[in-house]
Amino acid sequence: MISGIFHSSYEKDMALRRTHAQKIRLVILFLFLLAFPFIFRENRYYLTLANQVGIAIIGAIGLNILVGYTGQISLGQGGFMAVGAYTAGILTARLGMPWWASTIAACFATALVGVLFGIPSLRLKGLYLAIATLSAQVIILWIVTNWGAVTGGVEALVVPNPTLFGVRLNSDFNFYWVTWLLVLLVTIATVNLFRTHYGRAFIAIRDQDIAASVMGVDLFKYKLLAFAISSFLVGLAGALTAHYRSIVTWERFTVDVSVLYLAMIIIGGLGSVTGSFLGATFMTLLPALLTNLGRAARGTFPAIDSLLPFIQQGTFGLVIILFLIFEPEGLNKIWRNIKDYFRLWPFSY
Amino acid sequence: MLRGFTNTLNSSQLQAGETQLRVENIQLNFGGVAALMDINLAVRQSEILAIIGPNGAGKTSLLNCISGLYRPQRGRILFYNDKEHEVTRLKPHQIARLGIARSFQNIELFRHMSVLDNLLAGAHIHMRSNLFSSLIYWGTAQREHIRFRRFVEDIIDLLEIESIRNNTVGSLSYGLQKRVEMGRALAMQPSILLLDEPMAGMNSEEKEDMARFILDINEEHGVTIVLIEHDMGVVMDISDRIVVLNFGQKIGEGTPDEVRNNPLVVKAYLGEEKSPFKFGQSNNNNHGKE
Repeated sequence: MISGIFHSSYEKDMALRRTHAQKIRLVILFLFLLAFPFIFRENRYYLTLANQVGIAIIGAIGLNILVGYTGQISLGQGGFMAVGAYTAGILTARLGMPWWASTIAACFATALVGVLFGIPSLRLKGLYLAIATLSAQVIILWIVTNWGAVTGGVEALVVPNPTLFGVRLNSDFNFYWVTWLLVLLVTIATVNLFRTHYGRAFIAIRDQDIAASVMGVDLFKYKLLAFAISSFLVGLAGALTAHYRSIVTWERFTVDVSVLYLAMIIIGGLGSVTGSFLGATFMTLLPALLTNLGRAARGTFPAIDSLLPFIQQGTFGLVIILFLIFEPEGLNKIWRNIKDYFRLWPFSY
Repeated sequence: MLRGFTNTLNSSQLQAGETQLRVENIQLNFGGVAALMDINLAVRQSEILAIIGPNGAGKTSLLNCISGLYRPQRGRILFYNDKEHEVTRLKPHQIARLGIARSFQNIELFRHMSVLDNLLAGAHIHMRSNLFSSLIYWGTAQREHIRFRRFVEDIIDLLEIESIRNNTVGSLSYGLQKRVEMGRALAMQPSILLLDEPMAGMNSEEKEDMARFILDINEEHGVTIVLIEHDMGVVMDISDRIVVLNFGQKIGEGTPDEVRNNPLVVKAYLGEEKSPFKFGQSNNNNHGKE
């Protein structure tokens, strides 16, 4: 609870950032993101990671809207990302659509598919819905791998490089700006969504769906809307992957991806945009970090090369278990605790 | 401090005393068990109608039929606002949009939201801004949001919950949660407010507060109130009319005095010819049936 701050209008009271500390933190983050590509301009590895993190954040925010905020568990993330990636890829590669147009089309196409697979959510809850969305994952990947004439089947689909005013965009440095501009837009839109009655209806459905319906929330409409908005963003993440990599393969969208994204939002914090940021960053950087550690240790332990995949998988599982036990509210809660500590520092309460 | 409400809490367009809700021959079965048998009743604009009866009499089932959570097998429920609406086959959210609000016996608040957000969620049906303007939170969406914030502050004033407006409701005491839940129903600007045991589990001071709020809402804002309550003292004091249910049947209806002297009602509560409504002594053990 923040105390000692007084506002004289509802407008100010309802602002997102209400204290100087909050504003300063935001500015620092912003400056860091602006400076990052220039600092690491020569180091492509870091820029690649930054792009991966940005795309993961968009996907995680999308999933969090559905799972964390609306309480509709989804295991179809990988499938929905595949819809976004393949729609964008096919429209650009086969129909010659510009990359931005195919990206927008991919978002809407994924939203539509999301709504379609969201229809069972009116009747199904919890684990049963999870299984229903898992079927979305399986069906979509089956179509992708078997409809070779359009998707390229199990072969990779090659997408032409995206360009803007003659500049090739999918170099790590250039794509950074595309990714993070979209991260910014998605974040602003999501934060605003949850300040208005749409977002409150989503949370109401999660917390007490019967009470929500008695308060006038049309459960069917708002659940489908949650699926639509969520899938829209997941589709965006998929389309960005397609244009960034210039190549779309079905292996990138297996059920592992669905689980990975669920892990991101659980570790980050369900029902929180900040949590989506933290979780996506953490889960993208963790394997990279382990790989680097493994390489560094290669001299001392030569056997580590063959063990590394197992260590990565093991750490992945261990991290999830540790979070569930020690901080079920995720990194977002840890971040809040840190802020609270420094707000009161040097006093303990 | 007295000040006018920016939005009236009452969306009804009827004159006091006109029939607002009519329940006709409702029959509700759960499998072979009849929860409600041939219930008829009418609710009039601006009255406080209490529904009483022993446990399992069908009081909550009746409320659930009115708000659309249960579908009765027979009979119909009519609601009058600008015109006659048959609500029997409508979905809960459609019924809410007509102006029927309710609270629940076991608190069903949105636990992870703040008190403010719960109240704003209650005003959901009045919010008009479209998805796009909500996403950019500019123009209409922002203005609407601030207007409703002001409106919700009036309810906060009315229910005296200023100090907890930013608290998460999950962390509040039981009595305060009940109050917030009533506030959330009020934010709908209802024509009829259905309250399912608003005072259950409260101490006498909290009950007094709650009774005062209910009377304020009814007298100052003319909101019709249908309430289920077990505390006979409160029921007899604040209600204009009382309907008595027992084993799914209506066994009595009338003013508190009429009900108090109705031999069927007395029998249902006590099993003998003796008035159950003596105040100042515990009547908890009177609910047992012989």
